[in-house]
Amino acid sequence: MDDKRRAFLLKGLQGAAVAACGGLVWAHLLRQEAAASVLALRPPGALAEADFAAACIKCGQCAQACPYDTLRMARAEENVPIGTPYFVPRDIPCYMCPDIPCVPACPTGALDPALTDIGKGRMGLAVIDAESCLSWQGLRCEVCYRVCPVKGAAITVQNHPRRISKHALFVPTVHSEACTGCGMCEDACPTELAAIRVINPKLVQGRIGSHYRLGWKSETPISQEFVPLEVPAAESPPAAVPAEKAAPKTAPGMDFLNEGLQP
Amino acid sequence: MSATNTPTAGQESRRQPVRLYTPPATFGGKLWGWRYLILRRVAQVGILLLFFGTLHWGWTLAGQPLLRGNLSASELLGVVPLADPFAVLQQLFSGQPLLDTVLVGAAILLLFYVLAGRVFCAWICPMNMVTDLAGWLRGKFGVSDLFRLSRSTRYWILAMALVLSALMGVAAFEWVSPISMLHRELIYGVGLGLTAALGIFILDLLILKHGWCGHLCPLGAFYGLVGKFALLRVRFDDATCTHCGECARVCHEPQVLNLKLAAERGRVDFGECTNCARCIPICPENSLDFAWRWKAPPERRELPTRTQP
Repeated sequence: MDDKRRAFLLKGLQGAAVAACGGLVWAHLLRQEAAASVLALRPPGALAEADFAAACIKCGQCAQACPYDTLRMARAEENVPIGTPYFVPRDIPCYMCPDIPCVPACPTGALDPALTDIGKGRMGLAVIDAESCLSWQGLRCEVCYRVCPVKGAAITVQNHPRRISKHALFVPTVHSEACTGCGMCEDACPTELAAIRVINPKLVQGRIGSHYRLGWKSETPISQEFVPLEVPAAESPPAAVPAEKAAPKTAPGMDFLNEGLQP
Repeated sequence: MSATNTPTAGQESRRQPVRLYTPPATFGGKLWGWRYLILRRVAQVGILLLFFGTLHWGWTLAGQPLLRGNLSASELLGVVPLADPFAVLQQLFSGQPLLDTVLVGAAILLLFYVLAGRVFCAWICPMNMVTDLAGWLRGKFGVSDLFRLSRSTRYWILAMALVLSALMGVAAFEWVSPISMLHRELIYGVGLGLTAALGIFILDLLILKHGWCGHLCPLGAFYGLVGKFALLRVRFDDATCTHCGECARVCHEPQVLNLKLAAERGRVDFGECTNCARCIPICPENSLDFAWRWKAPPERRELPTRTQP
């Protein structure tokens, strides 16, 4: 009886070991696959990448609905999670159909049906390589500005005035609050390799952080307490901090020119 | 099943003498014997063709795209949503809220498979053509198994697919499924995903008989569980059966041809039966045929009692 039990437990343990080994390999494959997702430009209305990965059933109905054959389904050898829709702007950009036919084609909601204004779609963000941008070399190129469907908002041309022994520059500048990431600029860019590219904003966009005060922009009065802008001042000091340990009215070093002058 | 080829003395008195299957001499007879095989190939290729034609040649019916999507999810005639219920189950395990469209689509197909049994595997799945070719060649070359593997392995893989879906937050099998790679790339453009099908071909040909469909595939396991409730069954007529074993020889899931149980219930009553109908034309006594579950089972033969003089 004891031998039987021992054998049974051992068999169970062996089964669990096989399952654990298999599970680890399988989970590793999934992680590898998911890691490639930052490189993919998704159709308009795509959920945030983790939700998109879970919701996309890889049926390709969005790709079929696209009238320009922009969307393609990732094949096994491509560096995009397998079977998911993506596009390469330099081949075929998104032409920003006003009726967004790819979104209602999605049966799972991986493309959010709440997106009805293509101007609010965020497929990526255009970034400019100034080293190879013709406008930055002093030519009047501005092709990206001209083809941009959100012209004047997503891409503007900014004037760098002429200086001594320097040509005046008219350089395209991308504004993330209006750029949809459609990629028409990348498609049209005349350089050998596109000097303007659409990529996942996560790869390039920084964040200033709420503790910075741009006094010349912000309407909030400047204070010397390091309180994040979003948090109302009244709620900011944690109640648990004892009075004697709370930050002094003047942070050390902030007013160093006057320090020690006042009695 | 070799034991049943030579009936014991007790059975001899009540059973017809055993006749083995003899292939028909005429081509027409052969073709008739292949009727289900031909139908299955027509269904497998035809469904892929509907997807392919709708995408590449703009096939429409009544102004609506015929069949958009692929075997994971699709839309019939621009109205009826269809979805792979196992893929949707994994997505639900991943905790992702989904639109009703895909849930309705999965429910429709789930209902269909409850009606028809595990027919996906033999009649729709494109991988079946790969594994059938491997199985046929394996028989030609007389390849033996490299090792033994329990046929219930697939249920463990099915369970793991659901556990990993919950842990990793993505449909775990859909992200590695060679079946999805195959039909997706056949429809949307061929890529390296076809190497997965090649791998399965090699597995089935050289390593393990019916290795993928019969041992590993969690999608087949899922439909095997759904098939437990199937209404379309292979009827078994015990009165004419001689236990010649021909059916079990061609069956890809021979454990479902438990003739004792089949005689009791009048049908092959296992979810793992794919209703492929290989057994039906091969039976020399015509003891097997399709029937709905609610049809009364054929009369059981009265067993002779030993007490009779």
